[in-house]
Formats: sequence, structure tokens, C-alpha cells
Amino acid sequence: MPTKTYIEAIREGMRDEMRRDERVILMGEDVGVKGGVFKATEGLHKEFGEMRVIDTPLAESAIVGVAIGAAINGLLPIAEIQFQDFIMPAVDQIISEAAKIRYRSNNDFNVPMVVRAPFGGGVHGALYHSQSIEAIFCGVPGLKVVVPSTPHDAKGLLRAAIRDPDPVLYFEHKRAYRLIKGEVPDGEYVEEIGKARVVREGSDIAILTYGLMTHFCADAAEKLAADGFSCEVVDLRTLRPLDREQIIASARKCGKVMVVQEANLAVSIASEVAAIVAEECFEYLDAPVMRLGGPEIPGVPFSPPLEEFYMLTPAKIETALRRLAAY
Amino acid sequence: MAITVTMPQLGESVTEGTITEWLKQPGDAVEIYESIAEVTTDKVNAEIPAPVAGTMGEHLVEKGTVVPVGGAICTMEATASAAETSTPVTENLPAEKSTPVMEHIPAAAAAPMPVAAPAASIPSGPTGTHLTPAVRMLAAEHAVDVTQLTGSGIAGRVTKKDVLEFVQRRDAAAPAAPPEPTGGVAARRAEAAAQPAPPTPSSASGDTLVPLTPMRRAIAEHMVRSRHTSPHAWTMVEVDMTKVARVRTKQRADFRKQQGVDLTFLPFVAKAVVAALRKVPTLNATWSDQGVLLRNDVNLGLAVALEDGLVVPVIKGADRLSMAGIALAAADLTDRARAGKLRIDDVEGGTFTLNNAGALGTLMSQAIINQPQAAILVMDAIVKRPVVVEDDAIAVRSMMNLCISFDHRINDGLGAARFLRSIKETLESIDDSAALW
Amino acid sequence: MAVAKEDAAQRAGLDTDALRTMYRHMARARVLDERMWVLNRQGRAPFVISCQGHEAAQVGIAMALRPGYDWAAPYYRDLAVTLVLGMSPKDHLLATMARAADPNSGGRQMPSHFGCRRLNIITGGSPVATQVLHAAGAALASRVRGEDAVAMTSLGEGSTSEGDFHEGLNFAAVHKLPLITVVENNGFAISVPWDKQMPLKDVADRALAYGMPGVIVDGGDPIACYAAMKTAVERGRRGEGPTLIEAKVARLTPHSSDDDDRIYKTREALAEEKKHDCVLGFRVRLEEAGVLAPGDAEEIRAEIMREVDRALQEAEASPLPSPESALLHVYGD
Repeated sequence: MPTKTYIEAIREGMRDEMRRDERVILMGEDVGVKGGVFKATEGLHKEFGEMRVIDTPLAESAIVGVAIGAAINGLLPIAEIQFQDFIMPAVDQIISEAAKIRYRSNNDFNVPMVVRAPFGGGVHGALYHSQSIEAIFCGVPGLKVVVPSTPHDAKGLLRAAIRDPDPVLYFEHKRAYRLIKGEVPDGEYVEEIGKARVVREGSDIAILTYGLMTHFCADAAEKLAADGFSCEVVDLRTLRPLDREQIIASARKCGKVMVVQEANLAVSIASEVAAIVAEECFEYLDAPVMRLGGPEIPGVPFSPPLEEFYMLTPAKIETALRRLAAY
Repeated sequence: MAITVTMPQLGESVTEGTITEWLKQPGDAVEIYESIAEVTTDKVNAEIPAPVAGTMGEHLVEKGTVVPVGGAICTMEATASAAETSTPVTENLPAEKSTPVMEHIPAAAAAPMPVAAPAASIPSGPTGTHLTPAVRMLAAEHAVDVTQLTGSGIAGRVTKKDVLEFVQRRDAAAPAAPPEPTGGVAARRAEAAAQPAPPTPSSASGDTLVPLTPMRRAIAEHMVRSRHTSPHAWTMVEVDMTKVARVRTKQRADFRKQQGVDLTFLPFVAKAVVAALRKVPTLNATWSDQGVLLRNDVNLGLAVALEDGLVVPVIKGADRLSMAGIALAAADLTDRARAGKLRIDDVEGGTFTLNNAGALGTLMSQAIINQPQAAILVMDAIVKRPVVVEDDAIAVRSMMNLCISFDHRINDGLGAARFLRSIKETLESIDDSAALW
Repeated sequence: MAVAKEDAAQRAGLDTDALRTMYRHMARARVLDERMWVLNRQGRAPFVISCQGHEAAQVGIAMALRPGYDWAAPYYRDLAVTLVLGMSPKDHLLATMARAADPNSGGRQMPSHFGCRRLNIITGGSPVATQVLHAAGAALASRVRGEDAVAMTSLGEGSTSEGDFHEGLNFAAVHKLPLITVVENNGFAISVPWDKQMPLKDVADRALAYGMPGVIVDGGDPIACYAAMKTAVERGRRGEGPTLIEAKVARLTPHSSDDDDRIYKTREALAEEKKHDCVLGFRVRLEEAGVLAPGDAEEIRAEIMREVDRALQEAEASPLPSPESALLHVYGD
């Protein structure tokens, strides 16, 4: 099986779907001729042409709003927002419009659109190129939010998102683009939206996480295993809808739970997961539910010591896990 | 001073680069910031500036090699003054469209930052006796007395793992080989005191080995331990229950209609017991090396016989209940005990145990104390008997024996006798207008 | 002059039948609209937002589209547009009364949040101007597939202050999309008058800056509106790109049933506007030109009244949505 980088898998996901279905189009800033500022869409303009790979004006609301209109009129658009940090002008179109169109039209209309955006820190991107603000969208009924952590899932989930009849926000970790490599099967496969993946089985601590943190947690779990602590690492993969079944199963199995994310801790995905565990697994808990996340500052600062202060690392995660293991 | 120049990070998410052209050859003079090589990555093409002024040293990689970010690419000989100024230099990142982070940072600047506490906190550790829901659930499921376990968690907390490992050891403990026979009672006593593995009985044909249920094991373990812990003493009184019987007969129908449960003799006795515990508090106590702990709450355990064992659900705060209240609580607990629906809460915290063995027909019983309590009281069967009454007349009366097994460390015969007498007096002086509610 | 106006109809390609149809559409919108206000004042309809004064512009514009083929992303005032494209008084009364059978939204949205896939009327929400982008997107899809369907979007002059209006026009012009943006300028955004809304008197002046033709039409003249729209539609079909049409209209009612415009509009100003009522004006014009015979207008009105009466009866008899149905259709699966 071939090994690809995370970004290659994303590119292939788009390419394969665009080959498979002529209704799939791609639009965003710099996605065409340049191939994307990260090169995520390299080669697509050449293969599919101007009509299907569109360099848009610098207008996020339009990128999403026009995609909505195109989706309503029979296309399957992938709208790229250059950085998740810049999705704000499009929030009205995403939340007021896309999320609500099926519901408000009583199932007369739907919006089969994907909005892709790179997110996450650790790349010296500072406050406006490093944010993890996916939580904004995860409380909105009508939207789906996915965050793959491996090249395999990146391709499989993107294909699923493109085929989904409802709006899917697809957030790709920019540090993972070239850092994470993995096996990606050739040929047709799709990963199911709404299903988490058990990366590592264990019985003492259930670590529930997503994005780049999945890899850090797996590293930390390996360290703990050497000392006899068995950690189960669960990659959530879909943030809305959460895979409640897997969360509950892993929490009940282990009795100790840590939810790990890169994003700010307050009012986050970790908050929701912790609430689910508290509600559904109380009788099985052998320790309070722990959450690990970014500090309460408005972003990831630029200067290295400041960025390091913000970002979680396998070592920081390991330290926290050991405290939980000892409880 | 020789320094090593490394591949810089030339863009967000870039992890490697390829040298396409060396712009400086070994021995060439190099000014600070002057370009020494051309590099290409899949995002940008850029030039690497010299971190110091000096002379170009060795090329460590060939043109066309892919080098990871941070990998060494060449050496340079820094001029003396340049070496000193190299410290501030590396802090000023050249303003290019890509912002390379110089990997060569003098030790001082590269001092490791204190690892910031991630935004999370484990609440301050539990108290030693703290039981989490998981531990309680497993303890109930496997009939484990957690007070007997050593906790491996913070502050001696008994963890889920501790319980599971205990259960594993207990279940795996197959009956061990019979001990070497040694002569003498003393030797055997010593063996018993040292908790020897019990001998495997040899089975004859036709014998059936009934496997031990968790409940059986738990009962066995508890009874042995109780006998070993408390020096059991025993005494009894007989109680004339005629008046009680009369009141009961009178109130029974109304009671059933209003309360929905039968009025048995138990609530009468229980109410008298609870009152007596208030009078003789050393019977509602626990032994410890530091002293006798007199319990403030009166949580009355009621022994309930089950098909395959027994269980002792507890009426919490029994001294605050009326007789009707006790009757209802007892009925509820008994029903749930028989249906297997007791909660952990229902069997915890008892301070005294009452056993209504008389329902089974026995006349005198010697029960085993429910640890860590001070005593256990049995009410045996009520039987009509000819007794001598006032003025030496003979009359038929309903008589019941009350038998108490008590821990002789905490109470002497006097205390036990006082306790029994109090109950007897209460029951024998009950009058028709006794308030049930 | 009657003759000049007759020529206008001819130039626009409207024969007598088309003109009668045009009038009928306007009258129907007016009667239905008036009925909704009555219901509101009777406490039977909690919310009404009106098209009175806009009928001529809306009917003229909508008649230049191919219903069910071209796309429309209208706004809340476009009652007449939707009637021309094929929605019925009953459809609107079902929405007014929040019935389950309401084709716009099953009673989930307030009235006048139009939507009908069958007629390519894109469902609209309450945030204004968002529909401009949706229409641009529909136009984009049409072009990607090599079709000649056009997309129309309409909004008030107040909504042209929203970013989405500017982003939509810009996008459409850059990519030469067949998007026709119709601004129904009635001079008020609820209470805010046009001169507090923008530094221009004519929204159409912006068109040049967005690289497209800007056309100003008399919104009280349905023929002129039709002609302007026809030109824009044909331009779009030929792949020549977008057009901005500004129709000057009058709002003869307050913004909605929740608004009292006496605070910010003098009764004299309103009376002046009513004097130029476009429905009455067109009727007179057609009578003068002999397209409508004496008594025709009354007959048409009576017929429409009966239609609306029947529609109201049916709508009122139609059941409300069940409470549990609130959970349906969040997602497609």
C-alpha cells in the first residue's frame, strides 16, 4: 500500500471525487493557478480547468455563499477558506444559511457543500494563522464537522464529506500536512462521518482526542505502556456528530478519562465530551474526567517561547496522564 | 570558532528542503546575512543567509540532497567578534517572505522553557476512604468489602484496579494443598492464627461439588473474620409479648389498609431496640485501638434470609422513625433484597443488626456479629407457653426469646443485660393506645 | 401619452393578452396582500410584510423570467414575484397561518420567507442580502453546466449596504455570471431613509464600479420594468454577464405589521405616494388604451376575491404541524 503525506491524501481525495463526479467543483482564493498556498490543490486546475477550479475574489462570505447557491443548483462545491482563522466573515453564510436551509425549507432544499480550511498551530503562524476554532460550529444543528488526523482518514473523510447531502466543515491540520505520513489505499474507499476510531486499545485510561493531538497522545500512551499503564487512544474524527457510542464504551471500559485537544479549553469539544462521559458513565468512573487543552489566551503567539507555552506536546500530555494514572 | 549551519524552516508546515545551488565555496569570505545556498521546498524557493560573518567551511551535503529542517548543511568559521555578536543576530529573523527560524542558537538563548502546566487539573486527591462510583459498583458486583483492601491510589484510595486485582486473586485462589500435619493443638492454633489454606476435602463418589458463588465467598470470609475479630459473648432474656400481640391484632387491619403493608412484630421490637440503643450507647459502637467509637446515627440493619445466602439492608436513622415508618422501611428493604434490587447505599453504614430469626421458627439463636458493629440481636419465635404471673397464678402467655451476641471488648455482661432489660420493659409495658404513627 | 405607452408595450413584445395577464398578476398580489393585513388586524395572522406599491416592478421583472427554469432568490417583500413565478394565494396563506402544508417551510419560518424548489425559488432566511450570493452561485452552476438559465435576486435599497451585496456583484462581474440583481428602492429601510443609508441617490450608480450595466427604471411602470429585465436576461443568457436594475418604487404600508410608520413618515408623504399607486395607475392606463374594457377590472377583482376567499378557507382548515415534527429534516440521513 502506498505511503502518502496528509496533504497528498487530501489532494487525491478531491481529485478522485472530481474525476468520479463532474458536479464536484472547487473554489477559493489561490486554489487554481497557484494550487493553494499550501499546495493542497496543486494540479487540479490543470486537470479540471477554469470552470471547475475557480480562483475567487478575496471575499469569504462570497466563497461560501456562492458555493451554497451552486449546491442548490445541482453542483457539489468544495469551498476552501485559506485559513480557518479567516472563516469569520463566512460564519453568517455557514450558520444562518447553510446549516438551516434544509430545515427552514422543510426538506425542499439541501446544501451538499464542503467547506475546507486548514487550522492549528505549531508552525510559527501566530494569532491569525494558528487558531483552532472548530468549536464554534460544533454546536450548530444542520452542520457536520470532521477533522481527520491521518492521511488514510483525510482521504476517506473528504470523499464522504463531498458525497454528503448536507454541509460538512472539513478542517485539516496544517502542521500535519507534511509531517504526518501514512498508508493510503488506492481505489475507492470512504470513511464514515460520525464514527470515531480506536487508535490504540487499552484499559486504564481512555484518551479521547482529535487532530494533531491524536499523534501526540499515541506517543504519550506508548511511554505510559512501558510503565504498565494501559491507555486507550480514541481519535474522534468527527466533532459533530460525536460518536457517543465509542466515547461511552471507552470511558466505561477504562474508568479514567482524559480529553485532549489543541483548542482553548473553555466551551470546547472537550467540554461536550466530558459532559457526555459524566452523564452516561458516572457509575463507571474511577476518577474525575480530565480535560487538556490550550490556555485561555486568544490565540497561539508568534515568539517561540510563547508558542511553546500554548502548544501541547507528547511530554505535557504524558505528565498529565501519569497524574491521572496515579489517582 | 567553527559553527554548523542547519536547514531553516522556510514555510508553515514545511519539513524539508533541497539544496539546489551552493553560492559559497569552502574558503570563501562570507558576510553576515549574505546568501550561502539556494534551497527549494514544495512551497517556496529561497536562499539561506549566513548566520555569522566569517569564512565558508565544508559543504556537509551535496547539491540535490533533501535535508530535513534542522539538519546540518555546512560549517563556517566565524570571525572572533562575529562569534560574540552572533547571539543577538540569531534573534533577528531576516524579513523575507518566508521566515526561516535559525536553528543555531547559542546555549543561553536556547535554555529550555519551563514546561507550562497544560490547562487542566486533577482535583486535589481523594481522602483515604473515598470510594468512586466504579469502585462501589465493582465491590457490590463481586461482594468485596473494600475496607479490607489496601488502596494504591492517592492517599491510599482504593482504586478500581485494586478491586479487580483482588477479585482476580480471590477467584484464582484454588484450595491449596493440605498443610503438613503437625502434632498438637497449639500447632494447629498457630496454623489457624496464621490463616492457613484450608485442606481440600477428598470427595467420595456420589458427592456433588457446588461451586462457591461470590455471595457465599463473601459470607464465609466475613463470618470467619468476625469470629477472629470479636470475642463473642452471648446472653438472652425472655419477653412476654402478649400485650404487643393484642395491639398488633387490633391495629393490623387498619394498618394494612392505610399503609399497604402487613404489621408484623418486627417494628415493635425494632422500635424498642432503637430506644434501648439510645439508653445504652455502647451497644451502638465500634471498637478501635484508639477508643470505643460511639456512633451518633442509629442505622438499624435487618438480616434478610435469601435462598442462597443472606443480606443485611439498613434502615438509616431508625431512631427518627415511628413504628409505621420502620414497618414501611423494613418492608421495602426486604422486598428489594429478595428481588435483588438493593443499592450500595442500602447495605452500607449499619450500626446495629436485628435478626428476625423467629420467623423461621427457632427458639434460641447465637448469631455472629456483623462487623464492625458491637452486637447483633436475634428475636426468636413467639410461642404460647404457660407462665407464672402475678400472685403465682399460671397463665398462657406469648413468649419470645431475645438473644444477643456481643463483642466482649466493648461491653461486659452488665451492659448487655441492661440493654436487653430495656427492650423487655418497653415491649411488656406497651399499651393499647401505643402510637404507631 | 397613451400612444407612446402603447409603443412601449409593443417594443417590449407584450401583446394585449400579456398586458391583461400583467394587470391580473398585479391585482392578485394587491388583493392577497390586503387580505393578509385584514387577517393581521383581526388577530388571525401574527405577522404580515407587504408588497403594496411594489407590484408593478415585481410583476414586470418576474414576467421576463422562465419559471422553473431560471432561478430566483427573492426577498421578503416579493409576494408578487412569487405569484408570477407560480406560487398561489393558498401557498401564501398556508404560510401566513403557519400550517404544516405550507410549501415554503412547513410553518417553520415566518411568512414571506419564500422558497419552492419546483419553481426554482431559493429558500430565504431572515439575514438580508445573503441571497445575492446564493443567486450568484446558482448562476455559476448554470454556467458550469453550459446552460443559459439566469438567476435573479432582489432586495431593498437598505440591504445594499450589506457586504454580501458587494461581494455578490463583484464575484458575478469577475466571473461574468448571468446574475440580475434587482434593487426595489422604496426609500426606506424600516425607518431609515435612503440618505442615511448611502451617499448616493441611485443605487444603480454603483454598477459601474462593479463592472456591469446599471439600469434605473420607473418601478411604477410594469412595462418599463419588464423591458429592462428582458434586456438583462437576454444579456445573461448570451454569457455577457450580470446586470444591476434599480426600480424606484413606493412602500404604501409600514415595513411590516410590527412597524408603525407614523413616527418617521408624514401622512402627507404617504398620501402623495398613494396618489401614484401603481396598480391603480396601470389599470387606468390599460383602460385608456382599451386593453381593459369598462367593468373588467371590477370583474377581475371579484374573481380574485373569490379565489382568495376559497384559499383562505382551505388554509384555515389545513392542520398545524405536529410538535414532534420539529425534530425532522435537520439532516438528510
